[in-house]
Order: sequence, then structure tokens, then C-alpha cells
Amino acid sequence: MVSLSINGMQVKVPEGTTILEAAKQLNFRIPTLCHHDDLCVAGNCRVCVVEQLGAKALVASCATPVTEGIQILTNSLKVRSARKHIIELLLSEHNADCTKCYKNGMCELQDLSNEFAVGDHIFIDLNTIKDYTVDRFSPSIQKDDSKCIRCQRCVRTCEQLQGVNALTVAFKGDQQRITTFEDLSMAEVICTNCGQCINRCPTGALVERTYLDEVWDAILDPTKHVVVQTAPAVRVGLGEELGLKPGKRVTGQMVSALKRLGFDSVLDTDFTADLTIMEEGTELLTRLKKALVDKDSDVALPMTTSCSPGWVKFIEHTFPEYLPNVSTCKSPQQMFGALTKTYYSRNRNLDPKDIVSVSIMPCTAKKYEANRPEMRSSGFKDVDYVLTTRELARMIKQAGVDFNRLKEDKYDSIMGVSSGAGVIFGATGGVMEAALRTAYEIVTGRPVPFEDLNITPVRGMDGVRQASVLFEDCKEEWSFLNGVELQCAVAHGLVNARKLMDGVKSGEINVHFIEVMACPGGCLGGGGQPIPTNEEIRKKRTEAIYAEDMSMEIRKSHENPEIIGIYKDFLGEPLGHKSHELLHTQYTKRVRY
Amino acid sequence: MSSNHVKRVDLIFEKIECKAVLEKIVDMEPDDICQELLDSDLKGRGGAGFPTGMKWRFTAQEKDPVKYIVCNADEGEPGTFKDREILDQVPGKVFCGMAIAGKAVGAKMGYVYLRGEYKFLIPKLNTELDKFHKTMDEFNQNFRIQIRLGSGAYICGEESALFESIEGKRGEPRNKPPYPTSFGLFGKPTAINNVETLVHTVMIMNYGADHFRELGTKDSRGSKVFSISGDTPKAGIFELELGMTVDQFVNDFGDGDTKAVQVGGASGFCVPRKKFAETIIGFEGMPTGGSMKLFNSSRSMYNVLHNYLDFFTEESCGQCTPCRVGCQQLLKGVEAVKRGEKNSKYLDELVKLAKTMKRASKCGLGQSVGNAFGSIVENFKEEIIY
Amino acid sequence: METIIENELVKELANKHGRSRDSLVPILQDLVVHNRFLSKQDMIDVARELDISAADVYGTATFYTFLDIEPKGKYVIRICKTISCAMKGKNEMLATIEEILKVKIGETTPDGKFSLLETNCIGWCHKAPAMLINDTPYTELTPRKVTEILREYIKK
Repeated sequence: MVSLSINGMQVKVPEGTTILEAAKQLNFRIPTLCHHDDLCVAGNCRVCVVEQLGAKALVASCATPVTEGIQILTNSLKVRSARKHIIELLLSEHNADCTKCYKNGMCELQDLSNEFAVGDHIFIDLNTIKDYTVDRFSPSIQKDDSKCIRCQRCVRTCEQLQGVNALTVAFKGDQQRITTFEDLSMAEVICTNCGQCINRCPTGALVERTYLDEVWDAILDPTKHVVVQTAPAVRVGLGEELGLKPGKRVTGQMVSALKRLGFDSVLDTDFTADLTIMEEGTELLTRLKKALVDKDSDVALPMTTSCSPGWVKFIEHTFPEYLPNVSTCKSPQQMFGALTKTYYSRNRNLDPKDIVSVSIMPCTAKKYEANRPEMRSSGFKDVDYVLTTRELARMIKQAGVDFNRLKEDKYDSIMGVSSGAGVIFGATGGVMEAALRTAYEIVTGRPVPFEDLNITPVRGMDGVRQASVLFEDCKEEWSFLNGVELQCAVAHGLVNARKLMDGVKSGEINVHFIEVMACPGGCLGGGGQPIPTNEEIRKKRTEAIYAEDMSMEIRKSHENPEIIGIYKDFLGEPLGHKSHELLHTQYTKRVRY
Repeated sequence: MSSNHVKRVDLIFEKIECKAVLEKIVDMEPDDICQELLDSDLKGRGGAGFPTGMKWRFTAQEKDPVKYIVCNADEGEPGTFKDREILDQVPGKVFCGMAIAGKAVGAKMGYVYLRGEYKFLIPKLNTELDKFHKTMDEFNQNFRIQIRLGSGAYICGEESALFESIEGKRGEPRNKPPYPTSFGLFGKPTAINNVETLVHTVMIMNYGADHFRELGTKDSRGSKVFSISGDTPKAGIFELELGMTVDQFVNDFGDGDTKAVQVGGASGFCVPRKKFAETIIGFEGMPTGGSMKLFNSSRSMYNVLHNYLDFFTEESCGQCTPCRVGCQQLLKGVEAVKRGEKNSKYLDELVKLAKTMKRASKCGLGQSVGNAFGSIVENFKEEIIY
Repeated sequence: METIIENELVKELANKHGRSRDSLVPILQDLVVHNRFLSKQDMIDVARELDISAADVYGTATFYTFLDIEPKGKYVIRICKTISCAMKGKNEMLATIEEILKVKIGETTPDGKFSLLETNCIGWCHKAPAMLINDTPYTELTPRKVTEILREYIKK
């Protein structure tokens, strides 16, 4: 332990603790901008400088470990004057047109500027000198360099959490900027659209491309029937954006709010999550059969999940040779979209051209996914608009709905009933767990041998996790699986996905089935979820997801009555002709560099 | 030092038999080398003035079996050109100094980081390096040296930025601590020294610590190679004893009309005539990497300041706020004052800003922009305003 | 996916310098020696050889003034603009060069032979003004000397 004093108060902290963390223990908050709990130390914004008595210069508290006996002042005259200068310098470089900014009221620089009562701009406006253009080419991410404060959180996110490195720091001095290869638009580079950079941008430099107006227009157009689907993770995140604590489940209020916003039908992506399990589970078993019984050496194993569009674009770029391994199943969002304008419209006697299909997603990559040319199997654009959790919260605020006083409501039908297995899609390991619950039962006729169906080995926050399930006493048609230990691996965060795939490539990791979620924690930590994010918040959301699962009457996808119904009335059987037409897709090889 | 003239020394460029020095150190105890340097009181000649023996001892004390020696030959400070001359005249002594360092700290590998502007020296250095490696073989020493080139980035002279650059990255300074002696090149304990410092270590090992201590003052032992330029009839490279006053220096090197001397390059201080007598060149007064630039009364100090600020604005690595934005504000600010768009009081705001840059910047670059700014504005305010 | 056309030069340089991250700058430096600048394709090919992102290559290259990413002439003239050279007549030298080559700072002659750039201190303050033509320093310049030097290069 190291003892030190901060503002005259003594504190003992473990060796290696930073001054910033030590101050927190004494309830002194030191302002930060480039610091983020999920990322390595940068020490470049300098907002967190503090005075160390006896030292010539101020020290960056986020980057400086404590040493025995030091005396720290976090609010001395020197500190105050430097800190104010630094905020003023950042503002002089920043497009401070706050009232017109998408992040107005949610900007860390704005907060600091307010806190330090930066009134008159003493320094020369450097922002207007520079010729900035806003990059709006990506359907997911909008990048506005005029608002960038060069904290490099986005660059570190793209590198350290996602292993993508689409963003970089380029040039130096007054020319230094955060950009992409050759300053190309985000749409033209290896960006996966995961939006993790947005989650960590302190200002409005990186925000989602918003489609709020388009959705409002559709809702307010009497000739349109607007269907909305909500992804599993939205219900455990939305509350944060509306003033509730992390981990609060708001499923019923959310449904109620969506109805008040004027959506004609409020449905659940969890339904198609269940459907994904039926299709993907069958696909996995079929591949296993081909490999084990038919001895077909061409069958691509391990099979990987395909629900995460960030992961799909990542593997298209980074491991294109493994595209045959990716499940051909569309993501639940896109299955939902394709069914909305076929199955649903037929059931409701609607002309699909009059339907506007909206999805609420914890994700920005879903915006890109909906715009893929292959996602038009209904004959129309299957999903017209994708909104993030954050955008939904904004709609609720715009409509003046008093969210916290809403009574819980239930999803409409059809395509509104789901199982606990569908809900856990929102957490890392959830697709794997849901698939195992169904696959094991299909093969053996018995539920998975885990207490309360909770397959805990695939849960948790470790970057890469492996587990196995032994098939015994299989049903006759699956007897070839008798004694087979199904090997599974789970990764979340693309940097871990890369590790996992490198392991597969080198032969170090030998498994049958892989689940990858592009975002840390899975969809609940998605790029469209409320800001801020950190491991603690993601853990709270994870607990909420599993609690939601436990609260459901039906816990297995294949027991969802609407799933049974859709196969009976419409699809026929998993991997059948209709499924292939509507629910499966193919992928595109893309450049790795 | 009482004479009106400064004492010339010839140690650095003295041609000596490096082989003899190497032969001597091969059998020495590593810590005895460090002790000899500590006894000599040698301080780093790059500008920061850290005791060399201590730096080596710290590196030697690290447990990691892999350690590096780095020779900082990224001489980019405006007004400094002595390392080029040393590498041109006595490259063998530089390599010899690195071998001594390698022996002292237990490193097997050394890097010379040569600024890209000095690429023309490469053929000569390579020839000399071959000879050096042969000598090492003769003594059964497996210490090897590689030369790495910079590519036009002043900031890479900052030691941690230099490491980043050798590692193939943007030359952005790191947070300190950890210091190079424990976490340097490739994350390994590293002794990084300026070209001139390394040559001094050779001479100390050759002549002994006492010989070195005879020169200079209590706080500034030894001699120093100065890069002298500007309004002087004797521009060039001179090895002088430390501890002289600027007055003595100007008597020797001025053109009779010297109004100011910039000591230590763009990142150093501007000494006006009225302070020549009281300003001592050395660690007790004004430490310097060796750049002495003289300005006579025909020069506009506004132009000098503007030139420096323009330099820093371009050469800041850009990662930290005070330096990246501060440099731009100082530059635009003095321009605005000169044009009359901002009143003279704005200079006071800028002086305060320069102070913040000094206190809050991440590395030595940002921390020293205020040196030139403060001293020029303080002493030549009227030249900035009108 | 694009078909990958082998970039022999990049491959050769990677063979020479290695494929670890610390080989990046030496490879880029040699590419600039060969081509006078780093083309978009070359940067992508270097990224592929070292298995790092093209953005990283770009970010690193643009940090270094001498690693140009715009096409440059066969002879790159970098005239020093820092204090001593500025004091000792750099502008006059610049005017002389501009007059002879008919280009402004940042431009390349139409025949692709010369590019004219300014640079920060090149370490010849005692012999100011100074310039580099590719790697060769020229010092104590006068308009006459500049004219003679350029005449030699024009003949080359």
C-alpha cells in the first residue's frame, strides 16, 4: 500500500493506483476527457492535471501512479488556471455551435465548459480557419471533425476493443487529426459500423446517422402502416437514457411508449431471435451430420453465428476465407423485416408496399445491415429504418411521453411472442446458450443438463470463452451424435473475435460452433446503447437480461407457440424452401487492408 | 573563470585510439564504469542535464535480461548542429561510447537514431560501424549497433518519442513515469544518451574523471560543444568550458552590435543585452544543448519569435491540448497583436497561456515553448506590439 | 474483393527490413527513395505485408514530413525556413529557385523533375542559408550559387 495526501487528506491505496483513482476514493472528482474506463491511459487532453507539491510541472492524474508520501492538490490556483486554459483551448479548436449539435446536453466538453463557467472566449477561434466537411457517407456513423477534440478515445476503441484500426491519428502539429486511411469516408474503409467509437466520443464528433425524421414522417402518414420491432438489449438499456439506473428492465413501459408514439404494431425482435435458433440450430446439426455421417470434407466447420452485423462485416474484411463458415441465417432484425412484408402483411391483409418497417436496435451496424442490397427478399426493403436505443429515447422525449409513469403493456401479435432464449441474444454467450437449449433437446429429447436451463459456462465477461456439451442417449435420427462432445467458443468485442479466429486458423482452437458479438458484452454493450458505458454498466445490463429470461414463461425457442405457428402456417420447416428464400443470405468478400 | 575570453577545449574532436579505451573497459566491473562517470559529474549534453552515471546505474539495476543503448542523434533543435559535426569527425568515438554504455548497463544492442536530414552521413557511418564491429569481435564482445533514420520530425528528439519512432509508430512522447531506464525501447530498460554525452564518456574513461572535473564549474563540470550562429563573424562549432557568462561569450563571438542571444535554440531562452553579465551558461544558470544564436540590432525580435512559433506549431506532435492548440494560439495571437487586431493586453493573456503550456504539457516540447515566448515578449515587448 | 497484384518492390523491402512493426518506417523510407512519395496502393501493400491496418500505415507516414504522400519530382528541394536561414536570405534563395524552375512552394515542375518545398531546421545554421536536394545538403547559398547548383541538376 502507498500512502499519500490529496488536498490535505490522507489516503492509502494499492501500488499502481493512479492519482485520479486515489482521489476518487476521497470523493474528489477530477475532470477528465481522454480518460475512459474501457481504454488504456492516454494522458493527452491534460484536463486532469493536478499539482504535486515540489514538482516543477503539473502531472496528469489519469496517467500518473501514486508514490509514497506525495502531496497532491486537485484544485489549487495553478491547477484551476491550467485547467481553465485547457478547456478554453479545446473550445477554441471546437465547433462550439452547441445549440445545433446532436449531442447538445450530452457533451462532456460542454459539461466542463459549463462547470468552469467559461464565458468569454479569450482565444482566437481556430475552428473557422480550418475547412471541415462532415462525413455522412456511412449509413451508420457520422463523423464531424469540427467537433473533434483529439482525445483519441475513438482511435483507442477501434484498436484496443475492436482490433479494427479503421480510425487513426494522422499528421502532426496543427494539422494533426483523427481520420481514416487516406481520409476516405467511413463508408469506404474497413469500418465495421459497430459504433463503439460513438459510445466513447465525448463530443458530437462521432454520432449515429439518425433517421428520426423519416420515422416520424412515416408514423404521421395515414397511408402507412408502421411496424416496429425491438431488439432484446434495448429493454435493458433504454431506461438509462430516460433517467433510470443501469440494469433497470423497462420492457413493458417501452412497449407502452411505442404505442403512444403512434406505431401501428409493436412487435418483438425476440420472436425472430427464436426463429434464428430454429434455423441456425438446424443448420449446425445439418453441418455436423454432413461432416460426421456423410464424411463430407467440404462442410465448413466451425460454424459461426451471423446475428451481429459488425461481426459479419469484420469477417468479410478480415477473414474472408472463412465466409463459408458463417451461418447463412440472416440476423433476427432482417428475418423480421423479411417476414413483416410477407407473413405479417398477408396475415393482416396489408399491401406490403404500405408497410414501413422500423427497428429499434442497440446497434449502429444494423443501420448498415438494413441497407445491404441482399436484404430485400420480400421484394421491398425489408427493414426501412433502424433507430438506436438512444434515438428511441429521443422520440419518447420529443413526443412528451412521461416514460417513468407509464404502465406496462404487452407486445402485439403476431410476431410479438418470444421466449427467454430470444431475450438472452442481447448478452454475449446468449445465442450460444439459446442454441444449445434447443439443439440439445432436438437431439436428445431432454432439456440441457444445466440447472434452470442456465448454461453458465458460456456466460461472463472473459473475452474468449470455451465450453462443451456432451450428447448422450440421442434420439434415433440423431444417433450419429451419440458420444459427441459439442465444442463451443464465444467471443465478444472484435479484438477477441480476431484472437479466436486466429486460433481457429492456426489450429489452436478446435471447435464446432462459434458465437461472436462485435461489441463488448454483446448487444447490451452495442454502439447504439446509452452513453456512458463501462464494464460495470454492462454487467448490470447483463444481469437484467438474465433476469428477464428467468421471468419468461417460455425459456426455449422451439417452445414458442408463434414459432410453432409460423412453421405450420407459412415456413414449413427449418431450412425449408421458404426459409431459404426469406431467412438466409450470402456474404461478400471484402478487402482486409 | 575570470578572463574576458572563454576557454577553448579540444576533447570531443580529439582523435584518440578508441581500441585502447575499449580494451580498458572490457575487463572493468560495470558498476565501476558508472561510478567513474558519477565521479566526473558528467551531465547529459542534450539539454536536460541528467547525470549520466546515474542514468546508467538505474538501467544496470533493472532485472530484465534485454536492455538497449540508444544514441540520440536526432539533433533538430534550431541552431544546433554540433552532433552532425561530431558524427562526421569522430563517429568511432560515438560508437565507442555506446559500447561503454552497453558494458555498464549490460546491453547487447544499441541503436543510433539519426535524423533524416543527416542521411548523407550514412555511408561514412556504415564504414566506421563495420570497423567498430570488427573491434568488438576482436575483444569477444557481442555488442552490436544498428542505425535508424528519422524522417523529418523534430519531436523524435524527445526520448520516448524516439523510441516510438524506432518501434515503427508515430513519434508521440509517452507518459512518464515509467522512465526509459525501466521502460524504454520496445518496453525494455534503455540508456539513451546524446551523441556528445557518449563521446564525453569515452574521454572520461580515457583520461579519468578528474581530468574532466578540472574543467568548468562546481555545478557544470567539463566542456561543451557549442553551435554558434546568427549575427557573428565566427559562426561554427566550438568546444568551450562551461560556466562562462553570456557577456564573456558575446565579447568573443559577437559582432559588436549584439542585442540578444538565444541560448538553447527555439526551446531555450532569449537573453537581452542588459542581462548578458548576470547570465551564466551552465546548469547553475542557463543550461543548453549548445545552441547559441546571436541577434544584432538589425533584427526584429517579432520575426524571431514568429519563426519559432511557426516551427513549434508545425513540429508539435499534436497529441496534447496545451501544446497542439497552445502553439497555434501563441502564433495567431502575436500576429493579431502585431496587426493591431488585439490590443497589447492580449500579450499578457498569451504569457499566462505560455505558463500553462509550461506546466501542463505532456513533454518537453510543449513545456519549453514558453521559454522563448516569455523571454522575448518580456524583453522586447515593444517590438511585438509595433 | 480486389485481386491482389503483387507489389514486387514492397515485397522486396519487407524481405530486406522484416515484417514486424518496427520495419514499417524503414520500408516507407525506402519506398520514398524509389518513388519519391508513398502512393495509396503502396501503403495498402505495405499494410498487407506487415499485417497492420492501412490506416496505421497512413497515420504513421503522415507524421513524418519526409514521408510524402503526394507525388514528388525526381529531385526534391527542401529549403530551410528556420531562423538562421530566414535571417540570412532564405527568401531571396526561394525567389531565385522559383524564378528558375517556375514553380511555387509545394509545386512540382511539369516535367516531374523538381519539387520545391520548405522545411524546418536542417542543422546548417552556421552556414545559412541552406537547402537539401534529396539527401544532399547545400550551404552558404547565394542566388548565384543556387543558380549554378540548379543548372547542374537540370543537366542531369
